[in-house]
Amino acid sequence: MNDNIKQIKDPVLSIRNLSVSYDKGKYAVKDVSVDIKRNSVTAIMGPSGCGKSTLLRAINRMHELYENIETTGTLILNGKDITNMPTIQLRRMAGMVFQRPNPFPTMSIYDNVIAGYKLNGISLKRSEKDEIVERSLRDVTLWDEVKDTLYKKGTFLSGGQQQRLCIARALAFDPEVILLDEPTSALDPIATAKIEDLLVTLKENYTIILVTHNMSQAARISDYSLFMYMGELVEYGKTKDMFTKPRDRRTEEYLTGKFG
Amino acid sequence: MKYQHKQIAKSKLKSRTIKDKAIRVLVVLLSVVTISPIVLIIFKLIEKGYKQISFDFIMKTPPNSYEAMTALANGELIPGGIANGITGTLLMMVAAAAMAIPVGVVTGIYLYENPGKFMANLTRNISDILQGVPSIVLGLIAYIWVVKGITNGYSALAGSVSLAIMMLPMIVRSTEETLKMIPVTIKEAALALGVPYYKVILKVLIPTGFSGLLTGILLGISRVLGETAPLMLTALGSTIINLDITKPTSAVPLLIWEFYNDPNMVGLIWSSSLLLMAIVLSLNLISKQIAARTK
Repeated sequence: MNDNIKQIKDPVLSIRNLSVSYDKGKYAVKDVSVDIKRNSVTAIMGPSGCGKSTLLRAINRMHELYENIETTGTLILNGKDITNMPTIQLRRMAGMVFQRPNPFPTMSIYDNVIAGYKLNGISLKRSEKDEIVERSLRDVTLWDEVKDTLYKKGTFLSGGQQQRLCIARALAFDPEVILLDEPTSALDPIATAKIEDLLVTLKENYTIILVTHNMSQAARISDYSLFMYMGELVEYGKTKDMFTKPRDRRTEEYLTGKFG
Repeated sequence: MKYQHKQIAKSKLKSRTIKDKAIRVLVVLLSVVTISPIVLIIFKLIEKGYKQISFDFIMKTPPNSYEAMTALANGELIPGGIANGITGTLLMMVAAAAMAIPVGVVTGIYLYENPGKFMANLTRNISDILQGVPSIVLGLIAYIWVVKGITNGYSALAGSVSLAIMMLPMIVRSTEETLKMIPVTIKEAALALGVPYYKVILKVLIPTGFSGLLTGILLGISRVLGETAPLMLTALGSTIINLDITKPTSAVPLLIWEFYNDPNMVGLIWSSSLLLMAIVLSLNLISKQIAARTK
């Protein structure tokens, strides 16, 4: 495991000794240290309750909303310690996409894309807004589908389109990393395939960290994989290597479907 | 199986059909009993009140007892209307809503944000108890606080304070329930964009649940619109149109009570009641519509 950390040069994100506990002493994530490579897709895999979502949500400090959750360890994002970073700055650098598409129901497609600016009271010129909206929607290949209905409510779109809209909303801030928490688990296979293709193209400009319980999805689109079990990082390496010759017995058992 | 089925069919089919029909008749009958009061009320109000409803009825103040008596003696309609009551009710509703909505919505948000906390549970329980306090008691309290304490005399303000206290628990509850219905994921979406917490509430949660909040507020208003007892002790009544919140003011339900006590004016109670009923019913229907549209 430690070898892997050293292998990656200029990581976009370094996680060191990260632990997250819900109740005192009960750890959802235990002492995880890992480096994430720039412009790659990294998949976090593991059985339900292994702490993969918890790890992901620690990256943009979503846990601090809940009083009983305690996080220890350091996270260095793009060379900066995130521990005491203002949330707006951190979350502009680390965009998040959730399991279920969650566009703001009161906002139009256009407003949903620039919601991050709007809700934070960052004022933009009309032309800047138009540019951000078009760029973000083009990035998620949604532009051609919605360019004539930009002022309709985002909730009128199909599930897959809504999820791409949510990715566009995260991209509007031009983040360093995009955190995706099982982004396709509520979608049909065709919408899923579209999102997977999208993620592969997005890695040219962004770093993608993806939580998935779908092993074949991880195999299809990720460059690196993390396997977690009971809150611990069991194995981390190139996806190809992990799927062909896993080093840990637990990884092998999980990948061959013995549990999970 | 086939054999069993046949047997049931033969021996029990008839009694089952009879039972089924009997139950169906009973259900329809009880439903009719349930809806008949409201139908009868509306029917009676229209039958007795429609003659008096006119433009004058909304625009003019009530006649004095002598004018009403003369009109009655000549077999004419009672002249004048209930403009003082309508304006008074409006004034007190606006004032009560202005007091109850901010407090109620903020309290509702507090309850939503702190589920299971001791103070929140206490607040919720007290708010529920408040809902059960007899309205005449609230009138007494407003009398002591406002009539004696602030305006030195009966006033619209005192009336609206007692009505605001009545509306409060309804607004608190509906705000909390509405916010609870909004998926947590919407809240997280905003937080993941780095939006500060107070802005998430103001700019995301409240707009998303706006129709729910509005429904609760409209129901609260329609609930206190017909309150009479607390107003007797606070707003007292007035024969002229009064828009000064520190002065005694009339209200539609107060006028109905006054008309009832004056043998010459009894003719006006039906039309006044009809108007009041129409307002309450339309508020109810509007809030139902809003609620249905957003589900």
